Amino acid sequence: MSKKKIEIKNLDFYYNDFQALKNISLDIVANQVTALIGPSGCGKSTFLRTLNRMNDLIEGTKVDGDILLDGENIYAKGVDVVDLRKQVGMVFQEPNPFPKSIYENVAYGPKAHGITDKDRLDQIVEQSLRDAALWDEVKDRLDRSALGISGGQQQRLCIARALAVKPDILLMDEPTSALDPIATAKIEELMDNLREDYTIVIVTHSMQQAARISDYTAFFLMGEMIEYGPTERIFEKPEHKKTEDYITGRFG
Amino acid sequence: MVRSNFEKDLEKLNQDILKMGSMVEEAIHKAVTSLVEQDFELADQVMKQDDKLDRYELKVDKKCIKLIALQQPVARDLRQIGMIAKIATDLERMGDLAYNIARITKELSGEEFIKPLIDIPRMAEIVQEMVREALESFVNLDAEQARKVGRRDDEVDELDDQIIRELLTYMMEDPTAIKQGNKLMFVSRYLERIGDHITNICEKVVYIVTAERVTF
Repeated sequence: MSKKKIEIKNLDFYYNDFQALKNISLDIVANQVTALIGPSGCGKSTFLRTLNRMNDLIEGTKVDGDILLDGENIYAKGVDVVDLRKQVGMVFQEPNPFPKSIYENVAYGPKAHGITDKDRLDQIVEQSLRDAALWDEVKDRLDRSALGISGGQQQRLCIARALAVKPDILLMDEPTSALDPIATAKIEELMDNLREDYTIVIVTHSMQQAARISDYTAFFLMGEMIEYGPTERIFEKPEHKKTEDYITGRFG
Repeated sequence: MVRSNFEKDLEKLNQDILKMGSMVEEAIHKAVTSLVEQDFELADQVMKQDDKLDRYELKVDKKCIKLIALQQPVARDLRQIGMIAKIATDLERMGDLAYNIARITKELSGEEFIKPLIDIPRMAEIVQEMVREALESFVNLDAEQARKVGRRDDEVDELDDQIIRELLTYMMEDPTAIKQGNKLMFVSRYLERIGDHITNICEKVVYIVTAERVTF
């Protein structure tokens, strides 16, 4: 049941001379939600971005160690980063729809990957919007600008956009930090449903959110992963003093 | 840091439990003394004090719910707050049992004892000591001490068995002793139940400290 989707082995990561991740090893389980928690600057977002090589875009970065996705090393020579990112989608903190129509936002990815058939695109757009629990709210105005819908809707649109290229994994970097509680609840419920088809890794600053939505939680501190395990255990009975101090707010 | 208020509230809750504990200990002591010395005034005192314990329990309960609602505690904080609410209930029930003993003092209304009371005061002493130590283990978050105290309940159970057996002998020999013997049996059983509640408290202390569910 607990199939390893991503295996991270002895991962080190550097921004020039600064070592941002120190010897991280963990297995991310398929079709589960894994939450990454820790104080600002602990490396959790850096870690998240190593999973689809988003850090490659930053100059002066260096990676050591292995990240195996379905057993294949994503940092191996010859890996097509575009293909990788198709397989490992990402949603960011601030909703960032393209300044295009709702339809075009979702169709953008499939088009970029060579799908041109109009019926096929329509179908993908509808399915993606349905999966992102947004279809009913926007189906009558697909041609309107994506910038005209609410922040919560924009964020779900970004999720739909990510889903449109059929990824296996969805990375989410504080996806609800800019949203109100109702929009947050919708995204959280959505994640709960998406788990059936996707493996989700989420960075969150809200401990309660991690507790509510995730199956596994990893606690990062100063570039190290201090503790990783089932969320229930981490929040009821953390093994490490540092984890306990952090989740109970006695940090620092 | 925001959490300093939370720490203060938690510390106050600890103090509330200690206060309840010392009230219970006193109630047990006074109740059994009132019985042995047939002191109705003392019995009245115990019965009056019981209201105070009931109110304390409610107060602790409210504070726990409030802290959970406002602070969303996790890990040991959550275990501690959850268990404090339950420990308060145990203590309140122990107070009720002391009340029952005081009531029996009054029901016996000064009649002569069918036998000298030796084991009942002994049992009461052990139980009072256990209350004290259980609360000590609670404040110090000392799971080892909690385990030790929890296991002492066997002594109380043995004394209870012994007292009941002895009283039965008296009652079989002399049917006029049945009425009083029956009441004294109740006293013994009340003390035994107090012991059970102390055991519960000890189990909760172990859970707070280790997150392990144990039964003694």
